[in-house]
Amino acid sequence: MPTTRRRFLSLAGGVTVAGTIPVVTLRPLEATPAMLTTAIRNVVGEAQLRTGRVKLDIPPLVENGNTVPMTVSVASPMTADDYVKSIHVFNEKNPQPNIGNFHLGPASGRAQVSTRIRLADSQKVVAIARLSDDTFWQVAADVVVTLAACTEEMN
Amino acid sequence: MAALINVPAKARRGDVIEIRALTSHIMETGFRHTVDGVLVPRDIITSFTCRYNGAEVFRAELFPAIAANPYLSFFTVAKESGKFEFEWIGDNGYSSTASASITVE
Repeated sequence: MPTTRRRFLSLAGGVTVAGTIPVVTLRPLEATPAMLTTAIRNVVGEAQLRTGRVKLDIPPLVENGNTVPMTVSVASPMTADDYVKSIHVFNEKNPQPNIGNFHLGPASGRAQVSTRIRLADSQKVVAIARLSDDTFWQVAADVVVTLAACTEEMN
Repeated sequence: MAALINVPAKARRGDVIEIRALTSHIMETGFRHTVDGVLVPRDIITSFTCRYNGAEVFRAELFPAIAANPYLSFFTVAKESGKFEFEWIGDNGYSSTASASITVE
């Protein structure tokens, strides 16, 4: 049977469909905004969460989500009776909402922590500080990520 | 495992000094798959502690969202000459330590 144009096209179409199937099967999990809220509630409890005092330095646009530099600082005198107890950082869309918990004290002198994090998608990053009077302060920043972390295949 | 610690060798009493600590670790998230679809098990550092002459001055709980070769920078007040001890603890019984000394005038 000679290869007709119709037959060739239907064959080529079949190959394309077969080729796309494995790509669809691996859909990464995502932390939902609900998971973010739960993770924050686990730290804050029923206390009121106020906005301010915390500063989150993170690039608004990152090319590689595998290593994103981040600095959290809190406006605090860091004296024996007015200091930052801890800093908690969360994300919205990684497979897990937690990034890190950092415990400080009056001996820290300055309430500032830097690290490098992973971001699986363009998303919101939230930093929360717990002060010595057990008030909670938060700040959020939006980050656009070009190359996502966490979910790529291993070779 | 190799660790890079940056602590000023000398400081004046009462100075706020920056401490930087980096250690080599894969920080495997536990969310990645091999090409065959097998889940790569999690292998991360979960805890980092810094002690200054025996007293804890900084502690961190780390999650898979911390980048490979975890880097941490934080501050402390230089009170007296002595030693900073650093400890990393992680999955699969991982543990490593490092130390640095400081002269406070």
